[in-house]
Amino acid sequence: MSPLRSLLFWRSGSPFRVAVARLRAGSQPVTTPTARFFGRHQSLSVIVGMSIVTAILPFVILLPPFTGFGTQGDFIDGYAQAGVWVLLAIGLNVVVGLAGLLDLGYAAFFAIGAYTYAYGASPFSHNHIPFWPMLLIGAAVAATFGLLLGAPTLRLRGDYLAIVTLGFGEIVPVVFNNSDQYTNGTNGITALYQPSLPIYGSFGFGNPMPYYLSVAAIIAVAMILLYRLQDSRLGRAWMAVREDELAAASMGINTVTTKLLAFAIGASTSGLAGVYLSSKLAIVSPTQFGFTVSFTVLAMVVLGGMGNIWGVAAGAFIIYEIQSQGLKQLNQFVGGLGIPPIHLGPINFDLTAINFLDYQYLLYGLALVGMMLLRPEGLFPSRRRRAELHDIEDAVDANQELVQP
Amino acid sequence: MDAGILIQQGLNGLTIGAMYALIALGYTMVYGIIELINFAHGDVFMVGSFVTLWLLATLGVQGAINNPILLVLLLIVMFAFSMTVMGLVGVLIERFAYRPLRRAPRLAPLITAIGVSFILQNVIQALYSTADFNIPQVIDPQAGVSFTMPTFNVGGFAVTSSEVTASYVHVFIIALAIAMIITLQLFVHRTRLGRAMRSTAIDRDAAQLMGVDINTTIALTFFIGSALAGAAGVGWALNYGHTKFDIGFQAGLKSFTAAVLGGIGNTTGAALGGFLIAFVEVFSSQLGYSRWSEAIVFAILIMVLVFKPTGILGQQLAERA
Amino acid sequence: MSDQTAPPVLRTVGLTKEFGGLVAVRSVDFDVPPGSITSLIGPNGAGKTTLFNVVAGLYEPTSGHVEFLGRRMIAAPERTWLEPVFWVLPALLVWALTYLAASAGVGAGTELAQVMILVGLMLLIATLITAVIRPSWYDRFLVRMGIFKCARPNDMVAAGIGRTFQNIRLFANMTAIENVLVGMHGRLKASPLDAVLRTPGQVREEAASVGEARRLLGFVGLPTREGELARNLPYGDQRRLEIARALATRPKLLLLDEPTAGMNPSETAAMMALFGRIKTELGLPILLIEHDMRVVMGVSDTITVLDHGEKIAEGTPAEVRANSRVIEAYLGKGAA
Repeated sequence: MSPLRSLLFWRSGSPFRVAVARLRAGSQPVTTPTARFFGRHQSLSVIVGMSIVTAILPFVILLPPFTGFGTQGDFIDGYAQAGVWVLLAIGLNVVVGLAGLLDLGYAAFFAIGAYTYAYGASPFSHNHIPFWPMLLIGAAVAATFGLLLGAPTLRLRGDYLAIVTLGFGEIVPVVFNNSDQYTNGTNGITALYQPSLPIYGSFGFGNPMPYYLSVAAIIAVAMILLYRLQDSRLGRAWMAVREDELAAASMGINTVTTKLLAFAIGASTSGLAGVYLSSKLAIVSPTQFGFTVSFTVLAMVVLGGMGNIWGVAAGAFIIYEIQSQGLKQLNQFVGGLGIPPIHLGPINFDLTAINFLDYQYLLYGLALVGMMLLRPEGLFPSRRRRAELHDIEDAVDANQELVQP
Repeated sequence: MDAGILIQQGLNGLTIGAMYALIALGYTMVYGIIELINFAHGDVFMVGSFVTLWLLATLGVQGAINNPILLVLLLIVMFAFSMTVMGLVGVLIERFAYRPLRRAPRLAPLITAIGVSFILQNVIQALYSTADFNIPQVIDPQAGVSFTMPTFNVGGFAVTSSEVTASYVHVFIIALAIAMIITLQLFVHRTRLGRAMRSTAIDRDAAQLMGVDINTTIALTFFIGSALAGAAGVGWALNYGHTKFDIGFQAGLKSFTAAVLGGIGNTTGAALGGFLIAFVEVFSSQLGYSRWSEAIVFAILIMVLVFKPTGILGQQLAERA
Repeated sequence: MSDQTAPPVLRTVGLTKEFGGLVAVRSVDFDVPPGSITSLIGPNGAGKTTLFNVVAGLYEPTSGHVEFLGRRMIAAPERTWLEPVFWVLPALLVWALTYLAASAGVGAGTELAQVMILVGLMLLIATLITAVIRPSWYDRFLVRMGIFKCARPNDMVAAGIGRTFQNIRLFANMTAIENVLVGMHGRLKASPLDAVLRTPGQVREEAASVGEARRLLGFVGLPTREGELARNLPYGDQRRLEIARALATRPKLLLLDEPTAGMNPSETAAMMALFGRIKTELGLPILLIEHDMRVVMGVSDTITVLDHGEKIAEGTPAEVRANSRVIEAYLGKGAA
């Protein structure tokens, strides 16, 4: 350990070091009988969990700190939007968390799903396929593109795959932007048809409730299906490929097919989210699907806990709420403190006018780097992941605890 | 066919290629030594151009400098300053974001690299906003040598020539870049430190056993790579006279493609690839597809990775399981 | 003794593997008779693990071929009569599609179509360049894309080869039973769709496979370890787990790469007993790479000796022990 480092902050016993060690160690796993029961019956736990969450969230606005933030309708609409991100996150979790493939162009499949809905249900395209079948169609189209992209590229090493998916994520919005004839180019396609249910009728624009409930249902179904996959032969294959690709191939796993399936399933979830979002907003435009979207979803997955479906969902929800509500409130709070502007050479820090929303990606970047350094398994890790990522560090730390009293 | 336009675009291609080559060298060196795609590298280039902006603003330079001695001094200062600062930034990034993760699963440093990229972009955004900034072009972009190519007519195939302007900026950037590339090659192949870098790239543990200080060697690699990107940033400022917080992303993607095309890990290949990609970009613009230049470069990347992942000059390393 | 009249389980014919300029395996002709234990010995660097890796499908040979259960499974990539088709097929396909799309009434002037034609043209040129000027690049492309039919590791496993590794390659962060279940991957029939729908067939299959995994763990002597993470197991148990995992693939030939490396005498003896049980109870032929002469002489029915990539001797333990070439090349540790 370099003398400079030990001098600066790594003196053993220093509060900083202790805090870091605690952060790394993580919490102990909970094994009450209830937890074990729900662990064995995944589908039931998803349904119960989602029902509880869906039922409680609309009433959060009644709690004191939140009452001033907006109307209940705003809140529910915000939750519905968050639901889109949750779907994206649990889909990317399959690719990054379960199969260990870094996909940096995830927004491309999101765009494909959204534009598929635009083709299926808009005046621009003269089609009107109902929303619910479009969900499946959009997912299927996105999955197809996932297969098309993956087929030549999943044989590449992990780092190259990242770049290629990054490129793909860049190209797709460019294609949508420049193909005026098919996609109305920069202007996007508007006036998409709203979802509707047989007795209820069209969802319309005013009431966010049906959107909120729909997305909750879609998320619940997606989670159940993904949990089933995780515990199946394919899920084990993903884990094996992530652990040691050569050994996995030597045990009979077709690594290319396994990775392709992860890619396609991740893409289909993203497509699903795209269909939902475009029907809710009634508009698609190429600008909605830039790299910042892919990056944000990645941040959600990493922060939430790669590999843990609930963890990733929670991470997505938290980040979205921070992004949409938390930062705004922080603006008001800090602005209200009345701190006079600070001058540093040519740069002015005016805290009364600070807009944290401008810095959110800086925060995500810092969070990503920080998480990777301190707690790569995420805020809500699966036990397995924590074990995977800390073996060497634990040994080193343990040694150093012994050496320095 | 217009020979003049051909030559003009050729010069443009060489200039852009010079910058892509410098950036690609950083990618290829870092990948060669720690097998990491440094996503933040493109943004190092971008910060380099902003550093130039800041320097010129602080020095009070408003526009082109006519006094040749003053110009040379200023250029030396610009390049030295930007390259040193960006070199140090690169070393810091390696030290705090990549080194702790050297033994972590491959995914971790990749994610960190993306995080660093965003941090760099957003720091610049915070300090300077998302606007396009003008940088005084200290070498007058208009000044240069104008000429026309000889025209002739061979059996119905007419070769005309419009006027070609070989501006001093272009010539300077091309010459400087080539000089830097040659210096780098000499350094990597003829010096002790260069040998340390090459051996670390081939087999890190063996190099360590031979007494090579891995940490210093890797830090040096990052310093050089980032310094070159900083130089490319200065070149960009000189050539285009403006900069924006997001130029790193595009340039980075194209330069990485160049590095892969030339052969990842191979410095000559990176330089070659930089020029090739620049020519593709310039000529696809000429054909009217400038909106698609990204897509075309990306298609090239895919094709290289599918047909020959080791690139044009890359070695097919023996795979021993 | 092995059955002389039955066809060999594995046969290599003139098998050569080069890495760049280094010849790791040179023209080796070698058989593994059914129902026996064959050992492959030789000094370090003799090419034993390389031979294993070729047979297991990890490397393509430079020349020669491998027959498994009478079927030629692995051979050096050869140019076939289909080759001219593969030369231009990908590029032509892209080009034809874009040309059709562009001209079939959707507006030939669309930029998208033009760009796709341009890209298709580039692809065509790239294909022609590689196929004509540098055919070796194109060969590697076809092999990489799986168009050349050379068996990959999972094909060999499907055919019936199970293997362990010289440096243990377990799935460290999966439990012992999960490791064994992964071994069964190729034998399970349930598709992901079945898993998602949780069909009764899939549920039954999962339960049955867990039962079989437990049996296998018991067979190798790890009945109480199923829930332990593989990397927390002691070294000897890790080796056994690797064997259990290989057995889970229901192989017809077991390849063991230095299974007793680093073990003390009592552990080694237990492993030798395990080999015997595999041979008698499971009737499974084993091909063994070993350095420990006690093991080699103790369990083998046949021994093949490699040195510098060439086969220098083959025969019963008694024959090999007395072979002067073998003694000259290598007879290091172990009892005489």
